[in-house]
Amino acid sequence: MLNREVVIAGAGPAGLAAAIEAAKAGAQVLVVDLNIKPGGQLFKQIHKFFGSSAHRSGIRGMDIGTQMLAEAEKYGVEIWINSAVIGLYPDKIVSIERGLENGEKELVNIQAKKVILATGASENVVRFKGWTLPGIMGAGAAQTMINVNRVKPGNKVVMLGSGNVGLIVSYQLMQAGCDVVALVEAAPKIGGYGVHASKIRRAGVPIYTSHTIIEARGTDRVTEVTIAELDSKWQPIPGTEKVLECDVVTLAAGLKPISDLVRLHDLDLTFNAVFGGWVPKHNRDMESTQSGIYVAGDTTGVEEANTALEEGRLSGVAAAEALGYLTAEQAKELKDDIWERLDGLRMGPFGEKRMFAKNDILADFPACVK
Amino acid sequence: MCMRIKDHIIMGSEAPAATVKITVDGKTIMAIEGEPILAALLSENIMVNRYTVKLKEPRGLFCGIGQCTDCAMIVNGKPNVRTCITPVEEGMIIQTQHGNGMEEGGGKHA
Repeated sequence: MLNREVVIAGAGPAGLAAAIEAAKAGAQVLVVDLNIKPGGQLFKQIHKFFGSSAHRSGIRGMDIGTQMLAEAEKYGVEIWINSAVIGLYPDKIVSIERGLENGEKELVNIQAKKVILATGASENVVRFKGWTLPGIMGAGAAQTMINVNRVKPGNKVVMLGSGNVGLIVSYQLMQAGCDVVALVEAAPKIGGYGVHASKIRRAGVPIYTSHTIIEARGTDRVTEVTIAELDSKWQPIPGTEKVLECDVVTLAAGLKPISDLVRLHDLDLTFNAVFGGWVPKHNRDMESTQSGIYVAGDTTGVEEANTALEEGRLSGVAAAEALGYLTAEQAKELKDDIWERLDGLRMGPFGEKRMFAKNDILADFPACVK
Repeated sequence: MCMRIKDHIIMGSEAPAATVKITVDGKTIMAIEGEPILAALLSENIMVNRYTVKLKEPRGLFCGIGQCTDCAMIVNGKPNVRTCITPVEEGMIIQTQHGNGMEEGGGKHA
């Protein structure tokens, strides 16, 4: 069995930030990620981030990803890509299916001292007749194809959902050369920021609020969808159906935390609608209800890359402190700064409800941990 | 029809990259070294990755990050390989997967 001081599941913004902080303090860190490349969803964020300069606003997500990978390398973080954490055993033994250079996999067990789970989130599906047809996919999946792999999933897209993901990905599909036929939103008004919606509107994309997709048709791929207007009880109004020709339908209906690993361990969970579902309880150090197991990023509630990154930092600092690499005083200073930035990210009409939700989770943490 | 994005307003022109040849249901296509199998298929407008076990319905790219398994195909004779998180390699043989892919010969196109 191998030994590592800190094992982190997930090399997205949270996992990488945790790795950087822990390694910077002196800990020996291994990050494990399922994908071909580290960086999680950062490399598909080709837009500039919002917020103040402390939150890296004005920098594109993909550039933040590049910076973080360079920093991780500088501090000697070990990253295993194409590798999945498949088991978590008592006393922090981590089972990993490690991808080898020759394409084979091998099972590796690692004795860790601290474990950080930063497994992110997955997209919600929307079920309508025909929703499983090829060409119908998550908006994030389409975004990965155009921005990371530089290949279009099709030419004529109907986007369902007008939150920031729906709006930003619509615009990015246009930047990639796709025709966005329509943006369909079940709610009576657009969900995301006005600044993103304006870009879509200016480009001439019809926005159908109070509408949803009733059916998708096609044989081996989607070729058209029927949309219809919804009444105040979210029911389709007969006679309002429209048929839109398309070869891609992208679903932007929010995300939910990926909690498989959290569930493998006996960690206490709590349901939080604002954060997209069941999330592990944690304290202000991002430590779960089991001592030495930390959680960070969208796993603890769906927010955005910046909050994931700051939560990752918190967990990395806390793990390094618990390992004795930082004094309580040094750690407190770092953690206070991070919390200040997190509070800043959870302000305003969009952020405030996440602040309240996070406070609920923190208040729900049991007095004594396992 | 090639679905690759040659020029991009933010990301610039496509950088020259090494290519590899892979075979998809008997047809040879070019792929960019290191890209996921699924991206190479999309570049050729190939959308169906598999047909389901019971209803034999088509499935293709859905999550793109290794979570949903809708893009599973037979790769070098091995079924249920998630093509969105498996990189291409020179000479790889890809087959559309029918059912669980365990029938003799793998896919129907063997």
